[in-house]
Amino acid sequence: MSGHESTYTPNSAFERWLDKRLPIIRFANDTAISFPTPKNLNYWYVFGGILAVCLAIQIITGVILAMHYEASVDGAFASVERIMRDVPFGWLLRYIHANGASMFFLAVYIHMFRGLYYGSYKAPREVLWILGCIIYLLMMATAFLGYMLPWGQMSYHGANVITGLFGAIPLVGESLQTWILGGPSIGNQTLQRFFSLHYLLPFMIAAVVILHIWALHVPGNNNPTGVEVQDVEKDTVPFHPYYTVKDGFAIAVFLIMFAVFVFYAPNVLGHADNYVEANPLVTPSHIVPEWYMLPFYAILRAITFDIGPIEAKLLGVIFMFAAIAILFVVPWLDTSKVKSMRYRPVARQFFLGFVAVCLLLGWCGAANPDDAVIPALRGEASLVVTYTDAAGAVASSTYAGGDEAYEAAEAFMATLPATAGASLEAVPAPTFLFRHLSLILTFMYFGYFVLLFFLGLSEKTKPLPESIHKSVLKAHKPKTGTAVPAE
Amino acid sequence: MTAETTHPTTETVDDDRRNFIHIATGAVALGGAGMFAWAAVDQWSPAADTKAASSLDVDVSKVPMGGEIRVLIGGKPFFIRHRTESEIVAAETVNLAVLPDPATDDSRLRAKADGTFNKTILVTSGSCTHLGCVPVGPSQGNTGDFGGWYCPCHGSHYDTSGRIRKGPAPKNLPVPNYRWVSDSVVNISL
Amino acid sequence: MKTFRILAVSLAGLAFAGLAHAAGGAKHPHAPEGGWPFEGATGEYDKASVQRGYQVYKQVCSSCHSMKLLSYRNLGEKGGPFYDSAYPNPNDNPFVKALAAENEIVSPTPNDVGEFDLRPATPADHFRSPFPNTAAARAANGGALPPDLSVITKARHGGASYVYSLLTGYPDFALYEDRITEENGETVYTTVIDMAKFEKLGEDMPHHGPAYLIQPTGQYYNPYMAGDTKPNYLGDPRHAPPGGFLAMGPQLTDGRVEYTDGTEATVDQMAHDVAQFLAWAGDPKMQARKEVGLATMVYLGILTILLWFSYKRIWRKVEH
Repeated sequence: MSGHESTYTPNSAFERWLDKRLPIIRFANDTAISFPTPKNLNYWYVFGGILAVCLAIQIITGVILAMHYEASVDGAFASVERIMRDVPFGWLLRYIHANGASMFFLAVYIHMFRGLYYGSYKAPREVLWILGCIIYLLMMATAFLGYMLPWGQMSYHGANVITGLFGAIPLVGESLQTWILGGPSIGNQTLQRFFSLHYLLPFMIAAVVILHIWALHVPGNNNPTGVEVQDVEKDTVPFHPYYTVKDGFAIAVFLIMFAVFVFYAPNVLGHADNYVEANPLVTPSHIVPEWYMLPFYAILRAITFDIGPIEAKLLGVIFMFAAIAILFVVPWLDTSKVKSMRYRPVARQFFLGFVAVCLLLGWCGAANPDDAVIPALRGEASLVVTYTDAAGAVASSTYAGGDEAYEAAEAFMATLPATAGASLEAVPAPTFLFRHLSLILTFMYFGYFVLLFFLGLSEKTKPLPESIHKSVLKAHKPKTGTAVPAE
Repeated sequence: MTAETTHPTTETVDDDRRNFIHIATGAVALGGAGMFAWAAVDQWSPAADTKAASSLDVDVSKVPMGGEIRVLIGGKPFFIRHRTESEIVAAETVNLAVLPDPATDDSRLRAKADGTFNKTILVTSGSCTHLGCVPVGPSQGNTGDFGGWYCPCHGSHYDTSGRIRKGPAPKNLPVPNYRWVSDSVVNISL
Repeated sequence: MKTFRILAVSLAGLAFAGLAHAAGGAKHPHAPEGGWPFEGATGEYDKASVQRGYQVYKQVCSSCHSMKLLSYRNLGEKGGPFYDSAYPNPNDNPFVKALAAENEIVSPTPNDVGEFDLRPATPADHFRSPFPNTAAARAANGGALPPDLSVITKARHGGASYVYSLLTGYPDFALYEDRITEENGETVYTTVIDMAKFEKLGEDMPHHGPAYLIQPTGQYYNPYMAGDTKPNYLGDPRHAPPGGFLAMGPQLTDGRVEYTDGTEATVDQMAHDVAQFLAWAGDPKMQARKEVGLATMVYLGILTILLWFSYKRIWRKVEH
């Protein structure tokens, strides 16, 4: 907390000299060593530290890869493979960077859900939360730009789809898209500007991270009870060594999972089509973004109808951006005075539902919108014979059922004259499609935030503990029945 | 922490920071960072394709008598000189005592597979040992005061064996790592 | 509310199951019997098989398919099929030099008079491409571009299993029937395949026949190829066979290659070897990756245990 007294005493003559001129050691001490941190933080609170490590890893490996990468449409694909084949440890650095993006997003999603669960966005931490949302937006931009660089089929056609979204904006859309691409389509100039921005944005992320930590250190950490620190002596421990060692342990566990991907399944999170060099004449049969974008991709594709003058495509874009934009105003959408969901039994269940909705949206994003959600429940397709009848009009005749239906359809076609031009096709049985599920989930996604607003006004909450210290003692009191670990 | 642990009523900050386990943990963590740093440093070493481009077969039979050809191997210049009889004699009869960097002419040649020498062909590096300029030679019509090469940057003169004779350069033109593949082909590698 | 959680977890499980089957209409590729030796955390390439695979590539595939990202030196690099520890620098390896020299390439640098000579390749040269450019490749292959095979196992779902399944998946020649019909006074030749006899399809085989599939001119049916067979199927469109058509016909016949190591060159053996060769070509650093991976895992394991004890010790006096 900014209010906390500086505990630093310069020990040597040099430190005293420096402290009067640039109190950098004092600053480091007060922010990273002696900073009073609530002692009841659980493992959901370790992801901030993990994210700092992720950012550092991405920047270090990224700067190195840029030393070997060639940003040109003729050389990009081969230069990435050259990194993997010829550059010493190039395969390691590239796989760390590619999988690192996924790890970064995995950690950031857990970090965000943590913030939503414990009400870390509420006063006095609104700015902290908004800065976090900005980091998340910058991360998505950086990941999108970076995905184009290997110049594979997904890079090219994915970028085509996303930049095409700008084309949906009324009036200025098309000129905006041309401006972004620097031409009628994605070309060398697009690749070069995307590369330049991909290099720039991580440093902007780092700058916002500094603001994020600054905004964290003004009110201090939230904690699982949502009760603010009252007595620094009783409620907190110094950040070092208590949380450095705990975060360090969590980081090591996280790195084990990271390493499993890098060394044993380096391409499992990617898409095979991205190992085919970009070809503007051939579109992959199934364009999907990386997994961390899938929920938003599902929302984008869920809207397939026009509302008034707004076309479906633009509406999808609006909903997709709204899904992110709504996060910025969560501090004011949630009207409850109680921060932590621990003490909001009803909201807590809806929160868990919200997490499930986000995961399911990801599932929808990966699926083909016209596929059945549960193929086993889909009935057998019916057969439709289309032909021109004696009067010259187009007619059709439908046959449902098993093999008999096919035989009946064939028999019917045999009775038709050759001039009828009969054709047989299978029409799938109507069922619950991913398109439908996406739409329902999209409304549930937004519904959660609306619900937070009304729930906060009427909800009956559990009593809050008096202080962090008291809640810890209570948790440790041996109970009859099961002991609840406070971790 | 489980519930059955007994806790002292007053909590104190850990007073045992120099415990062996902490030192071991710190050391292991540093070691890991060091290993990663090694990968980050070693990636600047020449890549496999760069290394593969650092060797070249040269057909020396095409070098005109009294002339030279210049080749680039991995971006570095090399001279292959076809010496005349008089140039060989000049190179062999020098008083070694007057040389800034004494070396016999034979020591600057490489034997063929059968152990004999082809004295007419001299292979040397093409970088002046002073500051790395590329000297001029027979191809530019200026062989300097000693009939070999002349470096226009700071006036170093090399003789017909590529040895420094006059000027600021401290050393003879280095002889690269090369071998005779056949009677007319040498393989030069970095 | 517990039921809600169970529901959420099972839906998440379904999601993963759904992802696994998102591939589409082609038959799922399968590994050869006994699996691949390079699978798993410690699996390695079978060097002899990769060597034979190079022979298959050289004698069969390379007449149409390029491998632009590979150089002959790669064959002699650590982890490569012809690596010899006596020659850590593959450019010096005489065997690799000889393999390279078997290929005549257009020199990438001009000669004294500015022309590009044909010369035997050196280890530093890239694999010889069968065609000078994609237009020439298309022209020679009926308009279809044979894909570059450098990273083909990374560029297809199923990897080496896909290559193996595709090469061995074509219907036997006995299943093809030629039909000659008269249409508008012209004789039309069509090739049809009786799918009811195509036993390799397994459960996807039509239960009663004859169920014919028309093969378009210049195209070949393969159940592992992504595509759609409905428009060409002369049967119930609801049971159209899996797979699609590709411009490459069946290439492997028993004895097509005479293996230098005396192995019997059956179709299955050649497909197995060339698939393993392509797996190596797409991921030549796999062995190095697994070695570094093992060391990293051991290291991280030790670090995690130490941090755990350090953590427990530091927090031992604090209620939290």
